[in-house]
Amino acid sequence: MGPLAPNEIISENTNFLLAFFIGIAFGWVLESSGFSSSRKLAGIFYGYDAVVLKVFFTGAITCMLGLLFMSLFGWIDLDLVYVNPTYLTSAIIGGVIMGAGFIMGGFCPGTSFCGAAIGKIDGMVFVVGLFIGVYGFAFTYGWWEKLYYANYLGEPKVSEALGMKDGLFGLLLIIVALGMFVVAEWAEKKFPREEY
Amino acid sequence: MSNNKTEERGRRYLNPYVGGVLLGLVLLAANFISGRGLGASGAIKSVVATSIEMVDKDAVNTMPFMADYAQSHSGSPMKSWLVFEMLGVIVGGFLSGAIAGRLKLKVEHSPKITSRRRLVFALMGGVLFGFGSQLGRGCTSGSALSGMAVLSMGGFITMMAIFGTGFALAYFFRRNWI
Repeated sequence: MGPLAPNEIISENTNFLLAFFIGIAFGWVLESSGFSSSRKLAGIFYGYDAVVLKVFFTGAITCMLGLLFMSLFGWIDLDLVYVNPTYLTSAIIGGVIMGAGFIMGGFCPGTSFCGAAIGKIDGMVFVVGLFIGVYGFAFTYGWWEKLYYANYLGEPKVSEALGMKDGLFGLLLIIVALGMFVVAEWAEKKFPREEY
Repeated sequence: MSNNKTEERGRRYLNPYVGGVLLGLVLLAANFISGRGLGASGAIKSVVATSIEMVDKDAVNTMPFMADYAQSHSGSPMKSWLVFEMLGVIVGGFLSGAIAGRLKLKVEHSPKITSRRRLVFALMGGVLFGFGSQLGRGCTSGSALSGMAVLSMGGFITMMAIFGTGFALAYFFRRNWI
């Protein structure tokens, strides 16, 4: 049955229309969880607000479990679901650059659009920065092309790489996340947030 | 007094675990309907590619980035899943903020720094995040969150690199936040 668009159960245009509605739900959840506030987002790095960690890992685990169960019930063909390819070098270097951008700017791309949507001027400026950064990459692409394609590993699943079944890895991820949530709750009590 | 105020403000936001489950369900819907995860930076890439093409029609032959982009995206770059999704994000974020009474033009910053300093850092952070998201093939949404949900190794690596670097550098930028 699923995924609907790759199985041509819905047309391309319907898929685009649904993308818009999925986006509304995405923006709604981000904003109402507090992701439109850079001070809340940056809180994870100082322990005074761990909302990023809690929402992020609960979200990833919920979806992962949903996909595993839907696949088990035969509702979705996971071979048709996009799995991000792994280019080891650029995944690490890109991630490091993004991490630096996160701690300096207090947003990531999706959250900056949410902040900008409710009038956060720092969010709007961050969005301007994003465009400059993407233009910068586009015009200097020739310099990075080798790095961009270096150490291509295909589309490995982390569970395969660790030699375990998806379900077992999922269980371990849940246990790790619960451990992090305990630390997060403790940190929020230890580093009380200021008024903002 | 200030404690009550904090609680009152905290209540206006969703419980983070509830928010997380809802986020996971949205991501699950994206995977079930469209066979792909959520994203953000890819939409910016589409806009950038479109604008370059508008200014220089020959860019696809002269710029390696555009040639690479054309190879992976057939048709008009603006007719992309992520562009529609991100338009929705702006609408959804606005609606949520409007209902919760959070619509307000302001620069949010720690009282210890000026608005100007906050904006300079926001711009620099945006530039870095924009650049890094292109090199890393996706940002926190497209690579880290969506990648993790489908157990992509690249997604986990990017997630660890983003947050690991954030923690590693937090000390140097502490004045901006605490």
